[in-house]
Amino acid sequence: MASRAQRMPKSLRIASTLFVIFWFILAAFPFAWTVWGSFKVELDFFSISNWTDGLTGTRTKAVYGSAFTDTGYEGAWIQEEFWRNVLNTGIVCFFVVTISLTVGTLGGYALSRSTHNYTFWLLITALIFRAMPPITLVAGYLLPFFEWNVWGILPTTIIVLVAINQPFTLWMLHSFFKNIPQELDESAKVDGCNQFQAFRRVIIPVMWPGVVTTGLFSFLLAYNDFAVSAMLLSESNRTMVPAIAAFLGTTQTEGNVMFAVAAVVSATVPLFILVMFFQRQIVGGLTAGAVKG
Amino acid sequence: MRHKTFFWFFLPTGLAMLLFIALPIVSVVTQSIFAPHEAVLIEVENCTPLVGCTTETSVDQEATRALREAKPLGRFVGLDIYFDRGHLAVSELKEVWASSETWGGFWDRLYNLPLYRALAFTLTFTFVVTPLTLILGLVIALAINSLHKHLKGLMIFFSLLPMIVTPLIGSMILFWMIDSRGILGSALIGLSGDPDLSLKASTGLMWIALMVYGLWHASPFAFVVFYAGLQTLPTDQLEAAQIDGATRWQQVKYVIVPHLMPLVTFVALIQLMDNFKVFEPIVGFSAAAHATSLSWFIFNDLGGETRQLSSASATSVITIIGVAILLSPVLVRTWRDFKGAR
Repeated sequence: MASRAQRMPKSLRIASTLFVIFWFILAAFPFAWTVWGSFKVELDFFSISNWTDGLTGTRTKAVYGSAFTDTGYEGAWIQEEFWRNVLNTGIVCFFVVTISLTVGTLGGYALSRSTHNYTFWLLITALIFRAMPPITLVAGYLLPFFEWNVWGILPTTIIVLVAINQPFTLWMLHSFFKNIPQELDESAKVDGCNQFQAFRRVIIPVMWPGVVTTGLFSFLLAYNDFAVSAMLLSESNRTMVPAIAAFLGTTQTEGNVMFAVAAVVSATVPLFILVMFFQRQIVGGLTAGAVKG
Repeated sequence: MRHKTFFWFFLPTGLAMLLFIALPIVSVVTQSIFAPHEAVLIEVENCTPLVGCTTETSVDQEATRALREAKPLGRFVGLDIYFDRGHLAVSELKEVWASSETWGGFWDRLYNLPLYRALAFTLTFTFVVTPLTLILGLVIALAINSLHKHLKGLMIFFSLLPMIVTPLIGSMILFWMIDSRGILGSALIGLSGDPDLSLKASTGLMWIALMVYGLWHASPFAFVVFYAGLQTLPTDQLEAAQIDGATRWQQVKYVIVPHLMPLVTFVALIQLMDNFKVFEPIVGFSAAAHATSLSWFIFNDLGGETRQLSSASATSVITIIGVAILLSPVLVRTWRDFKGAR
């Protein structure tokens, strides 16, 4: 792109720069503003009289003597016991990711190494399952779960999320394993390994980049899910996202919207850190499917 | 790989999908053609001297329970639930069709039927947001690609945020800003001097706001994929185009876009499927009074004290059929590729 002809004319360069700035503000400002506003009182964050209150923190100063206050966080984490929901999300995410990956690597590996016709049909079925909105399945879960008395607890939700996650995991890992040359496990089999030993000794050591990327997306699915967890978890076992939704319902009447704002910021921080450390893997994962598809 | 080995490798994931995706689909379809039992009523005649006899109708709790236990699925109603007022509303549809003289009147009355209301928003959202996402994603990719190397990484980081953030949380964050009391909303009201410029008051504004959210949330995905495509752009083709005197716009139109075309199809398909599921922003924006979607419809039936499983199941089946229609071109193409490969 260094050639002279490629250099942009000035007007286009300015337009392009302005657009990047516009997109930057569009993408980043809502987060910055919500973090900033979470340390204010409600009348500053949601201003009726004057919209500049939010910037200066007039009301917050009037109440607490300083332009910043942590009452929203205190209310959410201590009074409303948001830490329980955080803990639940942690448990759900950890188990969903580990189980999905264990089960998915085995299946994805098998799909990538088998040449029979049925692999195609299995992959197509997985694609259809992937396209279905998970909420359409919930009506099918409720009756049996009530019947067996397993509704509302974390393990049930974990298993359901693992299953919903499988189609995507299979597709992703299938294409990653396709990229690992088949000669590797073939030669291990010539040396006397059976298929599983070949998988364990030869493939597992080289599969980690693909597994990490797939794991990230499994994590995001479990972390971001609202519809299924909200329907399958009882009030005491709620994860973060359904809890925040419930905050909205209950706190708006009590005038404690700031609890919800603080909880929202708390729930966004882990995602922020995730993108910071795994940006390359996320971009790689998003494009891996595309380049092949 | 031998069948037996394949079987054991695939068993865990296959079982998970069979038990928690395939069987629930069967169960959803079954539930959609059964309705809960009606309570068994008995008539009791009470005769008191001097007053006379009165008949009282009451619910026979024991018989009702016995009936529910004997046939836990409920009573078979066939496709009745699909055709009732809450869903496809066939009889209402006929009446509306017969009695409306203009198309406008027909749409207005159709819009009052809950499922068609949900369908109207879902389809509008899907077919407005998807193309706009592709365009915005491409423009962002082109703009960021022309930046300096160090800025690129930083911009990719910030661009990923709207996509990575939990949809419900992302929509709340936006809503809190553009609500009439939020910073942008109140600033707008202040600047324009029109106090009616409120999301909660206007269906049109709410639809636009929901679609802006959809665009904000989905564009980063299109951007990332297109950006990756731009890195593999063959420079000799671009140079050839320049030598031939192509303007910048012509280069984009005749070289860059055709090169990205497979990616455009891919992103378009993923976005169609995802936008069809639109749900979280409606909750996050508290928009149910102005806009509902198929997923929201199911969620609403399932939630609350009275879980209307039959109704939710029928909507679920309709949604799945919708997804199947959207997906059918891909399936046909994959099938042809598969046939061709053999």
